[in-house]
Amino acid sequence: MASLRERAIDVYNWFEQRLGLAAPAIEAAEHEVPSNTSSWWYVFGSAATVILVLQVVTGILLALVYSPSASHAWSSLEFLDHNVKLGWFLRAMHGWGSDFMIAIVLIHMMQVFLFGAYKFPRELTWIIGVFLLLLTLGMAFTGQVLRFDQDAYWGLGIGASIVSRVPVVGGALVDLMLGGPIIAGPTLSRFFTLHVFVIPGILLALVGLHLLMVLRLGINDWPMPGRLVNKKTYVQEYHKLAEQTGIPFVPDAAWKDAIFSAAIILAIMACAAWFGPFGPTGQPDPTIIQTAPKPDFAFLWIYAVLAYLPPSLETPVLFIAPVLVIGGMLLLPLVSGEGEKHWSRRPVAVLMVAVIAVTLGAFTSLAMYTPWSPIMNAWTSDPIPVGDLKDRTPLEREGALVLQNKQCRNCHSIGGAGGMRGPALDSVASHMTEDQIIRQVLQGGGNMPAYGNALNPAETTALVHFLLTLRGGNLSPAIDASRKLVSSSEQSPSQAPPKSSAPAAP
Amino acid sequence: MNSSEPLSPGDQAAATELATNAKSAGHTRRVFLFKLSLLLNGAVGAILAVPIIGYLLGPAMKKSSSEDSWIKLGPLGDFPEGETRLVNFRNPMTTPWDGQTGDIPCWVRHITGNNFQVFAINCAHLGCPVRWFAQSKLFLCPCHGGAYYEDGSRASGPPERGLFEYEHKIVAGSLMISAGKMPTLAACNCSQPKLTQIQPRATTSAASFGEQRPNEGARPRSNSWPA
Repeated sequence: MASLRERAIDVYNWFEQRLGLAAPAIEAAEHEVPSNTSSWWYVFGSAATVILVLQVVTGILLALVYSPSASHAWSSLEFLDHNVKLGWFLRAMHGWGSDFMIAIVLIHMMQVFLFGAYKFPRELTWIIGVFLLLLTLGMAFTGQVLRFDQDAYWGLGIGASIVSRVPVVGGALVDLMLGGPIIAGPTLSRFFTLHVFVIPGILLALVGLHLLMVLRLGINDWPMPGRLVNKKTYVQEYHKLAEQTGIPFVPDAAWKDAIFSAAIILAIMACAAWFGPFGPTGQPDPTIIQTAPKPDFAFLWIYAVLAYLPPSLETPVLFIAPVLVIGGMLLLPLVSGEGEKHWSRRPVAVLMVAVIAVTLGAFTSLAMYTPWSPIMNAWTSDPIPVGDLKDRTPLEREGALVLQNKQCRNCHSIGGAGGMRGPALDSVASHMTEDQIIRQVLQGGGNMPAYGNALNPAETTALVHFLLTLRGGNLSPAIDASRKLVSSSEQSPSQAPPKSSAPAAP
Repeated sequence: MNSSEPLSPGDQAAATELATNAKSAGHTRRVFLFKLSLLLNGAVGAILAVPIIGYLLGPAMKKSSSEDSWIKLGPLGDFPEGETRLVNFRNPMTTPWDGQTGDIPCWVRHITGNNFQVFAINCAHLGCPVRWFAQSKLFLCPCHGGAYYEDGSRASGPPERGLFEYEHKIVAGSLMISAGKMPTLAACNCSQPKLTQIQPRATTSAASFGEQRPNEGARPRSNSWPA
């Protein structure tokens, strides 16, 4: 056995003499890090790197089967899902890996921000990290396009529409993005090139730089309140700390990274096995317009923001906000490269993280059920609740029919069913008078189209009479106080509801 | 490259100096040649960049008018008066590997007689496919809830303008449109909205929610609802 061992060492030495890689690699692995960095908070960067490797491997495996052509991409995905052994699982791993990647990168960034790790001398590491985040999001978007289904097709349309709003060069940029006059074969080829060659190339190079800099500058020491970063003394202090409390990164600190990475990979596998691959949804056939396209998880918040921005603000916000946000992230370490690192003495930083997280979370959760989108088939699928039709006059029931037929339900819910674009109608008559309802229906306003052209007088009358019965159980109807004055002064019986104690209409 | 190092003193100093002089003379020559080679490579790179950049920018250099051509949508009989119908056409410029993506839908509205309007499928907000609802005479967008009236003008929601409209003409009893490019706010192959409708066109200014009621412009139409 000894001779076998010796021969193995000989082989190793033969390669090492020529390559000379092992010695510096071992040295790098065993470099001393301050013992306080051996923490479960320091595992996210390595986990992101491991997921990157997983994405590269699964991506290459998918590329063995995937056909990057507009006419066959979708069917090659169906083929992967159903005809290739474990193809569905590889697709699921790649898809879930992408979601985990974005989550881990964001958590990593948040941790680095809260620990002040972007401060001197690690400013450039942070700046490269910002580009890595953007590239990761770029991978997610281009990857979604490669899943060439309805969502991908219309997602490209949304992308082109956004790009077209760039002043002056918008049209040329759209052409560059699509590679032709429409979303078609050349478009998919471009996004395939971006997803498979361009972005991964830059991503891997920058990850290499990012890691080299972590090695060169040393991992950020655990921040202590009151221990301020000073450009003149920091490096010296850090080296002293590393000397005094230093432990070899491998194995003393790295075991936590290894365990966390293994857990994340297992989690990705579990999600992939349990939930399966994403899509593909319907075929990328633009003539099938019965679709409600939605972006992937990471971009849902943008989808929501675009729904809520007032039209006049949309273009400026679309182009100024990203510049400010990305510029702010890039400038952050240059502006505040020194000083306090500990989160307990940086309330603004903590507040920013909280506000950003809550904002993104809120917009994402809104985009999960898109209250701003009309529900296109609500008018034929959601009936009027029986209770709202009981003991109604024929005219009022006719009005309920008009309400259904004119697609009001696509935007307005009754009994919890229907669109949420407009207000629910369950108690509309308790806060709008007859005149107000008529005006609103015929002339629209407040984000409601005018229906004057789509309703004849008989339909309008019936519809309004039905709406007047919707008083949320039995709330008092809205009344117009001035009307009552006029009618009482004319001594004529009013059409308005008889209850004099009813509150005035808003 | 280390000729600038101080000379070592000694017996052979003179000889070394001589050799060094020759070496440094060779060095300056080589530095010059190296700079020349950099210059040469820079020039070659610049020449190489021309076809590469030209290739990359190719799609953006085309004149958009060259991408539009007249396409037959079908005989007039296919479009009953007073109706708005979905019609598919094959984009005039496609590649053999475009597959279904080369089929483009559009909405054809036959107003009366020879009066037509042909709308792009893409919402003027972010390009999602709008759907026509004949009962409420509205186009609705599934993405962010943009709504348009039957004449394509903006009714409500986030779009800043009405639907994109294709230029159209009637040739030998067939409806033709000029199409070929995806309509967007920057480069729509659509004609500017023409006065094809009988009612006065609603002004669809990009008014914000706060400034004015969005449907103020639609007021005239509600006065003319059919009796």
